[in-house]
Amino acid sequence: MKLSVNIEIGLTHLLSRKRQTLVASLGVTVGIAMYIFMNSLTLGVNRYSDNAIFKNAPHLRVYKEDEMSKPISGGSSSGSASGGLPVIVNPKISNTSLNLVNPLKLLKDIQSQKGITAAAAYVTANLFYTNGKSQVNGVASGVNILEANAMFNIESTMIDGDLRSLVNTPNGILLGVGIVNKLNIKLNDNINVISSVGVVKLMKVVGIFKTSFAITDKTKSYVSLATAQQLLGQGPNYVTDIYVNVATPALAPSFVPLLQNLTGYTVEDWMVANETAVAGSKIRGIMLGGISWAILLVAAFGIYNILNMTITQKLNDIAILKATGFSGRDVIRIFVLEALIMGFIGTCLGVALSLVPTTALAHIYIGADIGYFPIRFEPSIALKGAIIGMIVTFCAGYIPARRAAKVDPLAIFRR
Amino acid sequence: MEKEIVLNTSKIGKFFYDPIEFKALDDITFEAYKGEFLTLIGKSGSGKSTLLYILSTMDTEYEGELFIDGKKITGQKQDNLAKIRNENIGFVFQFHYLLPEFSCLKNIMIPALKLGKFSREEIEEQAYSRLKMLDMTDQALKPASKLSGGQQQRIAIARALINNPKIIMCDEPTGNLDTKNTQIVFDIFQQIAHELGQTIIAVTHDTDFAKASDRTIELADGKIISHGKK
Repeated sequence: MKLSVNIEIGLTHLLSRKRQTLVASLGVTVGIAMYIFMNSLTLGVNRYSDNAIFKNAPHLRVYKEDEMSKPISGGSSSGSASGGLPVIVNPKISNTSLNLVNPLKLLKDIQSQKGITAAAAYVTANLFYTNGKSQVNGVASGVNILEANAMFNIESTMIDGDLRSLVNTPNGILLGVGIVNKLNIKLNDNINVISSVGVVKLMKVVGIFKTSFAITDKTKSYVSLATAQQLLGQGPNYVTDIYVNVATPALAPSFVPLLQNLTGYTVEDWMVANETAVAGSKIRGIMLGGISWAILLVAAFGIYNILNMTITQKLNDIAILKATGFSGRDVIRIFVLEALIMGFIGTCLGVALSLVPTTALAHIYIGADIGYFPIRFEPSIALKGAIIGMIVTFCAGYIPARRAAKVDPLAIFRR
Repeated sequence: MEKEIVLNTSKIGKFFYDPIEFKALDDITFEAYKGEFLTLIGKSGSGKSTLLYILSTMDTEYEGELFIDGKKITGQKQDNLAKIRNENIGFVFQFHYLLPEFSCLKNIMIPALKLGKFSREEIEEQAYSRLKMLDMTDQALKPASKLSGGQQQRIAIARALINNPKIIMCDEPTGNLDTKNTQIVFDIFQQIAHELGQTIIAVTHDTDFAKASDRTIELADGKIISHGKK
């Protein structure tokens, strides 16, 4: 009952100034719409650029780091200064192999961890692709192609052949489209492959893929694990990397210590491996976030202004309300309520309005592997925008409302 | 008939500090009785309005003590005072001060809605009965800003009456009304005080109006110079 009379007064104030109410609400509408649009844009573009990273790189990579040889000091652990003979050292990479010990068990252990969606063993081999006199250097990834496909969706980049034939064809190879063009070959042709350790193998092209990264298309190939091991002159237990994907890419860094403890090898997450890209998304986020907050603040000032004006016009009314038994808190409630109603109308319209630019942009065709502009209406962002909008309007209403609550009716009546 | 005290003060004093220290009220002690039509008169600057605002509980910066219905008012918190005003005191001001966006009926109903003692339907009924008493029923649904001064004053009186307050305080209730409307307001006050048993404390400079009331307290230079006992 008590509340309802406050609501009634607030509503009457708003309805008797429909235009002002609408203008203030529209300010919020534009603010919220821009906020949602900008943030959807940031999210869409970031998601696209992250996905581009994840086409080639896993969320986490387990590998053996090169070890540097330790300087030898003449018999003393505290160095040459302590009296031993000074020994000139020349630090070099000291490990003889990048092999992960017992990779199959490691792979199983990793796969059984909670939160990990996929893991695949990789053997990376540097090599030359040759066809007659033409030679192209590149990198072959020896993988279980089905596991790798689960991680990187290689299938979606295939333009010729079938990646499954890699399973059935022992000397099969999937080549990037750039290599195919340079070597002037086609599907089912044979090429020679020479590895960095001098092993030569005759391979059959069973598939051709095209990512949008020229450098990948010009160098990369997929072969079976066994082939890669043979190319490096190693046995069937030789694995150089384990690629790991987790459910939420953003949480990948938190898996680093876990996997490091589990495997004992170096673990690198994608954010470390792609610092520039991560920094890029951060900058985009800050920039667009800043702009959207600025717009939101302008909208809040609109509400603040209109309420301030209303209160100045209604000093008499406030004095009367206080004289007839409304407390300062009631007065605050009335004006905050007015702000919240304007904010609510504005927010609802704003969420609706934000659909316009997001859907319009989502229908713009960019081409390449992007396809349509990577933006869509994000309900979570709309919700966040709505909550922020309401908080901001609350503040914009509360400040002038407090002023109204402090109005001394006597000062008004004595005039 | 035993006289029942509804409001009394004890040695109320009030200073103004701006622009210079100045004692506006000094040693004001008096009682107001149930069903009494009391007027406060005095020359301009005698402190009669200042006193009324202290009695109204809106001014809390004074010396001495104020009691309404035997309860001590001095020193209570603002929110409590708002509640006390809502329940016990009705106001009629010189410049009627209605809420312009609301209909007359709503203006009358608002203090009762705030009090929350009755349902909306009951309050509406009560508001209509006040309007009937003041012969204003046909104006009920008009916006307050569309009425003439005398009509607005009557709406303000109806609003003051809605919660059946013990005391109705008026600051120059007839200050800007013509003779005819003044007479109407006076008759209404008489009726309220004598038939409904509510106390009226009115500040006025209209000596005819004061003379016709039950009792007149005269102030001069912040002191009571006549209690006007009848």
